[in-house]
Amino acid sequence: MKNLFKLFSIIILIITLNPNSFAAEKVEYLKTDWSFKGLFGKFDRASLQRGYQVYTEVCASCHSMKYLSYRNLAEPGGPEFSEAQAKAIAASFEVTDGPNSDGEMFIRPGKLSDKFVMPYDNVKAAQAANGGAYPPDMSVLVKARGGGVDYIYSLLQGYEEAPSNVSLDDGVYYNKYMYGNKIRMAAPLSDGLVEYGDGTNATVEQMSKDVTTFLMWSAEPHLESRHQMGFKAIVYLIILTVLVYFSMKRIWSRVESEV
Amino acid sequence: MSDHDYRPKSKVGQWFNDRLPLLTLANHLTDYPTPKNLNYWWTFGGILTFCLITQIVTGLTLAMHYIAHADMAFESVEHIMRDVNYGWLIRYIHANGASMFFLAVYIHIFRSLFYGSYKAPREIIWIIGIIIYLLMMAAAFMGYVLPWGQMSFWGATVITNLFSAIPLVGEGIVTWLWGGYSVDNPTLTRFFTLHYLIPFLILGLVVLHIWALHVPGNNNPVGIDIKKPSKDTVPFHPYIVIKDGFALLMFMIVFAFFVFYAPNILGHADNYIEANPMVTPAHIVPEWYLLPFYAILRSVPDKLLGVVAMLSAILILAVLPWLDTSKIRSAVFRPLYKQFYWILVADVLILGYVGAMPAEGLYLLIARVATAYYFLHFLVILPVLGFKEKTLPVPLSITEPVLGGSPNLAAARNKESKIE
Repeated sequence: MKNLFKLFSIIILIITLNPNSFAAEKVEYLKTDWSFKGLFGKFDRASLQRGYQVYTEVCASCHSMKYLSYRNLAEPGGPEFSEAQAKAIAASFEVTDGPNSDGEMFIRPGKLSDKFVMPYDNVKAAQAANGGAYPPDMSVLVKARGGGVDYIYSLLQGYEEAPSNVSLDDGVYYNKYMYGNKIRMAAPLSDGLVEYGDGTNATVEQMSKDVTTFLMWSAEPHLESRHQMGFKAIVYLIILTVLVYFSMKRIWSRVESEV
Repeated sequence: MSDHDYRPKSKVGQWFNDRLPLLTLANHLTDYPTPKNLNYWWTFGGILTFCLITQIVTGLTLAMHYIAHADMAFESVEHIMRDVNYGWLIRYIHANGASMFFLAVYIHIFRSLFYGSYKAPREIIWIIGIIIYLLMMAAAFMGYVLPWGQMSFWGATVITNLFSAIPLVGEGIVTWLWGGYSVDNPTLTRFFTLHYLIPFLILGLVVLHIWALHVPGNNNPVGIDIKKPSKDTVPFHPYIVIKDGFALLMFMIVFAFFVFYAPNILGHADNYIEANPMVTPAHIVPEWYLLPFYAILRSVPDKLLGVVAMLSAILILAVLPWLDTSKIRSAVFRPLYKQFYWILVADVLILGYVGAMPAEGLYLLIARVATAYYFLHFLVILPVLGFKEKTLPVPLSITEPVLGGSPNLAAARNKESKIE
């Protein structure tokens, strides 16, 4: 068993030596209590629904979310809008479909099976409308940034006056959490910008938390079932390991040797 | 291997076995006499077999849904993560499985280094192992390219560009590897093809690796030749099977933790950004298991010599059985070698660390010293040590007391916790 202990210390050593733990930027991100962290972490449904509202009313005018479909909004483990609500949400968007039997493209209301409608036709159009900067697709954004949810959450609240020694070009803003501190996106949130249906006070902090939760779900739509399955799998493995340990002890007791 | 005369009991069994002696083989594997003092470091062979099979099974499933095209690869991975039933599980097992595979192979290699398992008569096992390790690195590298994220693309660009260091024909070789003038769709499709092929080559080599192992039998922590079968051995089944199974389950708990609770911690965030040839990431870093070699590559100022140093660092292992001149296998009886062994372990970990850091200033200096030491260990320390080192007396067998009352018996007993 001493060897096992050594073995596990080495495994842990190697884990802590993984490149991400060095690559992390030395910025202290703002912290909040994420409901989806931890062994049994689950999304806060209400927060996801509010987060969707922030996304669709604020972010979606520039940021696409091309890997999501409207049906996802009603699926288990997500915002869990009712099917009727999700249908209504989809129908509020105009989708270009076709060609029809006349060879014409036509516009129709969105359906559950449609992907989220893109704000721009293509990357060039997006750049042209945003001073040359492309607003990144948000589907997997939190997984594509070093600090993950904490980074996005902080960034949304990190706008402040530029220090006097920093000069900013037109259309560039100062954000203390952005890499290099310069960001092309103007502060997207301000208190009371959206009106939450459930009466929650729409402070910048609250909206940041809700929309970041929503982005975590959009990047990891199966996070809840992953956590649930993971707990069961690990408990199962531990029980089996203990049983096998005792069988092993018994089998090895026949020979003059230790295991 | 006194079991060649094995006959199955049933008529059908005999009929089949006379035509294809698979049952004789199964019988050999069951009875295979194994030293009874093997410790848990010896369980990683079985764990590695599990890793290989896991990668093949999950990989086949992923290949059914993945699309090897520069415009669709990234999207098809997201399709797997979102819409394929349990696609997220299969992909996370495969992606983290690569890291687990390397974790296990490094433990397996360093076990061999500690107990001198590469020495006569096991050189061929060792060399096959090095070839497997090389193929693993190739497979892992190409697999990392397939999701077609930013690190995939730029990692592929950096690594394939290494071949341009070859004088005269280098540039031509790189163009040939790419199938064009940059990393693009032809590169992706050939990497996918090779990534699919290599695991089966590894599987074949694993069979040879085990075959070669079963000729002399396992080395053991005491590092002495033992009589087989004897009081020093136990049959593979059930003793080793259950012990390997127990260790495998412990390993699977660690594995499951990564898959279910930290599936992206070993990867790089940039790989969730779709490949963009116009934007270079701030730091291009390989996966953690390639970092020591990456550090060696960057520590040499000349590109060609850097590539040569990196390749030598791996290939030098193939001649290790002849570089190590000591007749004693196990480090338990080699007090000096044991110390140098741990320095080497630290050296490789340091190389891994600086490999993840920018190649400048103090990091570069550390990388250079560590690289120099790495080669010093194999080229100077090991050959000299074999002649200079005063080794401790080695017991004659695992079970019998040491001839002449060796002062070392107690030490061996404590160390390996087995001698009766």
